[in-house]
Amino acid sequence: MVDSVHPPGTGIPPAEVADYVPPHAHGWWARYVFSQDAKYIAIQYSLTATGIGLVALVLSWLTRLQLGFPGTFDFITTEAYFQFITMHGMIMVVYLLTALFLGGFGNYLIPLMVGARDMVFPFVNMLSYWVYLLAVIVLVVSFFAPGGPTGAGWTLYPPQAILSGTPGGQSAGIILMLVSLILFIIGFTMGGLNYVVTVLQGRARGMTLMRMPLTVWGIFTATVMALLAFPALFVAAVMMLFDRALGTSFFMPTLYDLGERLSYGGGSPIAFQHLFWFFGHPEVYIVALPAFGIVSDLVATHARKNIFGYRMMVWAIVIIGALSFVVWAHHMYVSGMNPYFGFFFATTTLIIAVPTAIKVYNWVLTLWRGDIHLTLPMLFALGFIVTFVNGGLSGLFLGNVVVDVPLSDTMFVVAHFHMVMGVAPIMVIFGAIYHWYPKVTGRMLDEAMGKLHFWVTFVGAYLIFFPMHYVGLAGVPRRYPEIDAAFVPDSIGALNAFISLAAFAVGAAQMLFLFNLGWSLRRGRPSGGNPWRATTLEWQTPKTPPEHGNWGKDPPLVYRWAYDYSVPGAPQDFIAQNDPGPGAAHGGAA
Amino acid sequence: MSIILTFLAVIAAIAGWWLSRQRLLSKPWLETGLSPAGLDAPAVSQQKVGLWVFLAVVGGLFALFGSAFVMRNADADWQRLPMPPLIWVNTAVLVLSSVYLRAAVRAARRHDARDLRTHLATGGALALMFLFGQLLALRALAADGYVLALSPSSSFFYLITGLHGLHILGGLAALGLLGLRLNSGAGAARLRLGVELCATYWHFLLGVWVAALAVMLGWARSLIEICGALLS
Repeated sequence: MVDSVHPPGTGIPPAEVADYVPPHAHGWWARYVFSQDAKYIAIQYSLTATGIGLVALVLSWLTRLQLGFPGTFDFITTEAYFQFITMHGMIMVVYLLTALFLGGFGNYLIPLMVGARDMVFPFVNMLSYWVYLLAVIVLVVSFFAPGGPTGAGWTLYPPQAILSGTPGGQSAGIILMLVSLILFIIGFTMGGLNYVVTVLQGRARGMTLMRMPLTVWGIFTATVMALLAFPALFVAAVMMLFDRALGTSFFMPTLYDLGERLSYGGGSPIAFQHLFWFFGHPEVYIVALPAFGIVSDLVATHARKNIFGYRMMVWAIVIIGALSFVVWAHHMYVSGMNPYFGFFFATTTLIIAVPTAIKVYNWVLTLWRGDIHLTLPMLFALGFIVTFVNGGLSGLFLGNVVVDVPLSDTMFVVAHFHMVMGVAPIMVIFGAIYHWYPKVTGRMLDEAMGKLHFWVTFVGAYLIFFPMHYVGLAGVPRRYPEIDAAFVPDSIGALNAFISLAAFAVGAAQMLFLFNLGWSLRRGRPSGGNPWRATTLEWQTPKTPPEHGNWGKDPPLVYRWAYDYSVPGAPQDFIAQNDPGPGAAHGGAA
Repeated sequence: MSIILTFLAVIAAIAGWWLSRQRLLSKPWLETGLSPAGLDAPAVSQQKVGLWVFLAVVGGLFALFGSAFVMRNADADWQRLPMPPLIWVNTAVLVLSSVYLRAAVRAARRHDARDLRTHLATGGALALMFLFGQLLALRALAADGYVLALSPSSSFFYLITGLHGLHILGGLAALGLLGLRLNSGAGAARLRLGVELCATYWHFLLGVWVAALAVMLGWARSLIEICGALLS
C-alpha cells in the first residue's frame, strides 16, 4: 500500500507537496494490465462487465426466440431455456449492473469527483478487479462444463437447484455458479472497502460531505449497502455449496428423487430464501442508488440549473439505503409466511415509495424552467425518469400482499422488474457513458448514432415490456418455455412474437452503440477538458484524459458545492467547485 | 434474521451518529470558501478506517451465519451437539493470544523492538495453537460419529468453526508480513500502526468466537428469553 503524498483531510495545505512525485508505473504490463490506477481499473471493470453483459444479451435473444416462436427452434430444449434465463438474470444483475456501477463508475468517478489522487488502497483495488475477472471466467467456464450451466432460475432456490431434475443441478453447473458468486463477493469487498474509505478519508480539502456531487453520494451509499448485503449471498452460496458438494443439509429437507430417498434431511429451504432476499432486495437499490445519483448530476448539468432540494436528495438516498434492509420478505409473500409478516413487509415496502417519490419530484422540479439541452445524456436521463416512474408504479401493486399473490411468478413480475431494474438503470448507464466518455477518451461520442441508439432503445424497451404486463395479467407464468393455447387466448402468442421482434431490434441498437464507442475513440470530435461546462472536479483536471495521479502537482481545493449553474452575475453559466470565486486569489487560503 | 437485524441496527446507529456530525442540515449552496466550518475528513489513519469497515463486513457475515443458525435451531427436531471439552482450552488460548497482541501494541508504543518481537511471536504461536486445537476438537467430534453431514447442528458447527479459523489464518498471514518487516528493520511508527491493526483484528475475532459459542451453545437464546421475561 502506497501512502498518498498528500494525506487529504489532515489540513495540510498543498504548498507542502511541492515534492510530489507522480506515480510511475514501470513497463507496459504495470501500466496497462496490472495497473493500480483507479481509472484503468474502472475501464477494465467496464469492459469485462460489457463483455459478459453481451453474453447475457444474446441469452435474452435466445429466450425471446423460444417465447416468441415456440417449437420453431430445435436447439432450444427445455433444459437449455432454463439455462438461458438463469444465466441471463444472474449475469445482468450481478456481473453487469453491480460491477459496472460500482467497479466501473465508482472507480472512475469517486477519486476524481472528491479530488483524490487515487483510491486509498490501490493494490487492493487492483486485486479486486482480478478476482472479479476470475469470477467471470469461472462463470463462462460453466457454459462449457459437461451438463452446461445451472438452470435453477437466477434465485437458485433449493432444493431444486441441486437436484437432478434441474439442468446443472447434479453436474458442475451449480458448483461453478456458486464458486463464481463467492469469488465475485470477495472481489467486490476489496473494491468496496476502497470506495467507502476513499469517500471517508480521501476527500480534497474543502470537500465536505454536503459538497459532494450526488453521484458520489449514490455510489457511496450503494457500496455501504453492498458491503452489508452481499455477505448474505455469500453465506447462502457457501451453505448451498456444502449441501451440494459435501452432503450437508442446510437447505435440504428429506426428499425423494426419482423414487429414491436422498441422504438429505432436516434442512430449511425457506432459510435460503430469507438469506437470498436479504441480499436480493438491497441489491435492487445497490443498482438504483448510483443511478439516482448519476441522473441527478446529468439533469442538473444539462438543464444548466442547480439540483432542486440537494439536502433532501442526500437524505432520501440515505433513508432509501436504510429502509431497503427491512423489506426483503416482500419477495416471499407466497412462501407460506405468517400474514402479519406480510403486512409488516408491505408497509415498509410502501414507505420506501416516499423518499423515492421525493427524488422523482426533485428531478422534475430541477427540469422545471431549466435551460434544458436535449443532449444525449439528457435524453437518457429523461428516459430513466419516465421508465423508473412506470416501473415503480407496478411495484406498488406487487408490494401489496393481496395483489401480489395472484400476480406472483407471472410475466407481470418479469415486466415490472425489467422496467425498474433493467431498463431504468441501463438508461442511466448509457447516459453516463455519453456524459463521461469525453473525459475518459478526450473525444465526443457520435451524436447521430447516439440519437438513433436512444430512440430505438427507449421506444423499443417500452414495446417489449409494456405488452409483457398484459401477458402476465392474462396469467402466463414466468419461466415457462411454452404455454398451451388451451390456457391463454391466442392473442398472447401474437403478443409474444411481437415482443420478441422488438427485443431483437433493441439488441441490434446496442451493436450500434458498441460500434460508436470504438469509432469515436479515433474519429470522434475532440472534446476538450470540459465539454459540458460542468462544475464538478473531474472536469477540472489539468489533462484530459487525466493522468495517473489525476491532478498534476497540486490537488484541487474545493470552495463551493457541486451545482453552481446559472448563478446570477457570474461571468459564465457555471462556477467550478475549485473556483475560489471573484476577488479571491487562486490557491490562497480562504 | 434477528441477529443480523440487531447487528445492522448497531451499524445504523454508528452511521447515524457519524452522519449527524456532518452538518447534514447545512445549506451548501449558500456557503463558499475552503472549509465552511473546518469540517475536513478526521485525522484517523486510512488503514484503521479501512480495517473497521472490513470488520463490519466480517461481523455481518458471522451475524448472518448466526441468523441462519437461530432460524434452524428453533425447530423442534433440533439435535444439540455435545461440545468437545477441548473447545474451552482453545478459547482460553485465543484469549491469551489476544492478550499478547495487546502487549505487543504497548511495546510498539514504547518503541521497544525486543518486547515487540517476543509478544508478536508468542501471540502468533498461540493463535496457531488455537487453530491446531480447533482441528483436534473437530476430529474428536468426528471420531464420536458427529461428522459434518450428520445433522444441521453438526454442519453448522463445522462451518462456523472452519470459517472463523480461516479468518484467523488470514490474520496470521498479516502477522507474518509484520514479522518480516520487523526483521528487515522497518521504522517503529509504521510498525506501530500495523501492530495496532493486527491487535484490533485479533480482539474482534476473539469477540466473534465468543459470540459464536454463545449462539451455538444456546446461551444467546436463554439470554433473550430472560430479557423477554424481565420485560413482560
